[in-house]
Amino acid sequence: MSDATFALVATGAKILFVWVIALATILPNLVWAERRVAGMIQDRPGPNRVGPFGFFQIIADGTKFFMKESVTPLYVDKLLYNLAPWITLMPGLVTFAVIPFGATLPVTIGGVTREVPLVIADVNIGILYIFAFTGLGIYGIVLAGWSANNKYSLMGGLRASAQIISYELAMGFAAAGVFLAAGTLRLSGVVEWQQQHVWNVVPQFVGFLVFLIAAFAETNRLPFDLAEAEEELAGGFHAEYSSFKFGMFFMGEYANLIAASALLATLYFGGWSLPGVAFTGVWGALASVAVFFAKTIGFIFLFLWVRWTFPRFRYDQLMDLGWKFLLPLSFFHLIAVAAFVAAK
Amino acid sequence: MQSYIPILFFAAIAALFPIAILVVMALLRAKAPNPTKLSPYECGIASATDAHDHRFSVRYYLIAVLFVVFDVETVFLFPWAVMYDKLLLFGLIEMAVFLYILVLGYVYVWKRGALSWA
Amino acid sequence: MEPGLFFFWLFSAVVVVGAVGVVVMRQPIHSALFLLLSFLGVACLYVQARAELVAAVQVLVYAGGVMVLFLYTIMLVNVKRQRTERYLHRQAVPALGFGFLFLLVVGGVVVNEARALAGKAPAADPAALATTVIGSETVLGNTQAVGWVLYRDYLLPFEIASLFLLVAMIGAVVLGKRTMERFD
Repeated sequence: MSDATFALVATGAKILFVWVIALATILPNLVWAERRVAGMIQDRPGPNRVGPFGFFQIIADGTKFFMKESVTPLYVDKLLYNLAPWITLMPGLVTFAVIPFGATLPVTIGGVTREVPLVIADVNIGILYIFAFTGLGIYGIVLAGWSANNKYSLMGGLRASAQIISYELAMGFAAAGVFLAAGTLRLSGVVEWQQQHVWNVVPQFVGFLVFLIAAFAETNRLPFDLAEAEEELAGGFHAEYSSFKFGMFFMGEYANLIAASALLATLYFGGWSLPGVAFTGVWGALASVAVFFAKTIGFIFLFLWVRWTFPRFRYDQLMDLGWKFLLPLSFFHLIAVAAFVAAK
Repeated sequence: MQSYIPILFFAAIAALFPIAILVVMALLRAKAPNPTKLSPYECGIASATDAHDHRFSVRYYLIAVLFVVFDVETVFLFPWAVMYDKLLLFGLIEMAVFLYILVLGYVYVWKRGALSWA
Repeated sequence: MEPGLFFFWLFSAVVVVGAVGVVVMRQPIHSALFLLLSFLGVACLYVQARAELVAAVQVLVYAGGVMVLFLYTIMLVNVKRQRTERYLHRQAVPALGFGFLFLLVVGGVVVNEARALAGKAPAADPAALATTVIGSETVLGNTQAVGWVLYRDYLLPFEIASLFLLVAMIGAVVLGKRTMERFD
């Protein structure tokens, strides 16, 4: 098998793995997990009728989403109304391409051993690719709010997009500290640096906190979910959507959640690496994949936990936090990191 | 360059997947439109004006402009961060000058109240 | 056709379709969307030219910031589509004339450049074009190249850029506050 064919097959296998395991498995189960965790925290059972521990609830929910009538109100802007959910869903899915999910896997075919790096596309601009697509995700929300011809949707869409762009800044500044230390924008480079030194959460703890809070705001999760608050804005920017289009917004939000968790695990908690453990060989690579997913699921659980723990922020409190607290904090953090690295 | 081809595949799958499901579901679904269902949601009242005439505050526009300015600043930061170990003290000083000027702007914006109650 | 050329034509077609869409669409928001499509096509072209940082900046700042600003402005002002607009504008003939003139100029430049390049062979190793030599080591990547050159050789324009940004911030606040005080 030539190098080119092998590369093609390896890429296909990685894409299949990420789609089937990460997205098609974690995403539906996340819906179930969210409701079970909510039940646990609120001291009630949660879904427990469909399947063992209500595990097949997602099948019932999914069928409901698909089979319900898709009501498209009159006077909506048809092009934008149909485009918006797709614009929201796509970026959340595409960001997985640059996140390394394991150590290099040695594959032996026909006596030739090749090292397969377990990342779909290790592009040179790593994190900027993720930030770029996160920025594109704003359009789905703004256009959904505008196209639905409904005051609540419009206000919800505007608020959500203003919130996302405000926290994107703090996120960028905080992440810049990590890349300053690592000397490269590639996420696999960041993981390598953390393997050789220490997990970034230790020296850059403030940056980690800023990034964590910004991640909550970027994914529209409580305590920052005012834009889609069920009680206050009648559903916000997705008030006029039903059936699968609404499901796409839902899926987009969960995909963003998984991506944010994976990113937090990679940037600050060492990604697939453990301190002092060398992941060599096939078993090492598989173990590293398991470690990565364990960390990602840990962060997902944190997101779910916080949702049912904190009350929602008011919108002006939310914007104050982003502009007046997180931005100066991340800025000072970056200067401190730069001064520290220069002093070494 | 090589590494962007998998992204193309991945993006193509991510793009086509929702469309495929939409097409399948459009064929399977029930269809029963009636005027009440089709009107925009306003807690049961018929809405009097086109939602697009809804006046919203210019604060959102201000936030967007400030976002563009700080986004450009962030973009200047990343190449600097990557080459920092070769630029060292000189790099730190020049970036400090750049950031200082922008901090002046930020303080002005804060004092004028553009960051409040948005 | 080799894949590189095929993708070049594809992305260029996307850019042109986007540009035409901006002009042709009746609703301003649709025009803004097509402009967004055009920007994304340009970003893909940048990636093909191995200018990955520029592509990322294009999407981050242009598509993710400036276009959001455009959208907010369009929604704030709420320009309605004109119901009685003529399909063919009054100035169609002079526009066609100037367009043809412009085509002559641009076409002349393109043909000239094509002739100048016709004799040369393509670069033996395109990847080598995207490397920078710093001291004794060769560093790969567009981000590193931009970082090395921008903060040393082009230091003054870089600092002046910060003044531009300062002016933009102050201007936005001055104009915005005046509007807010008038309408709040």
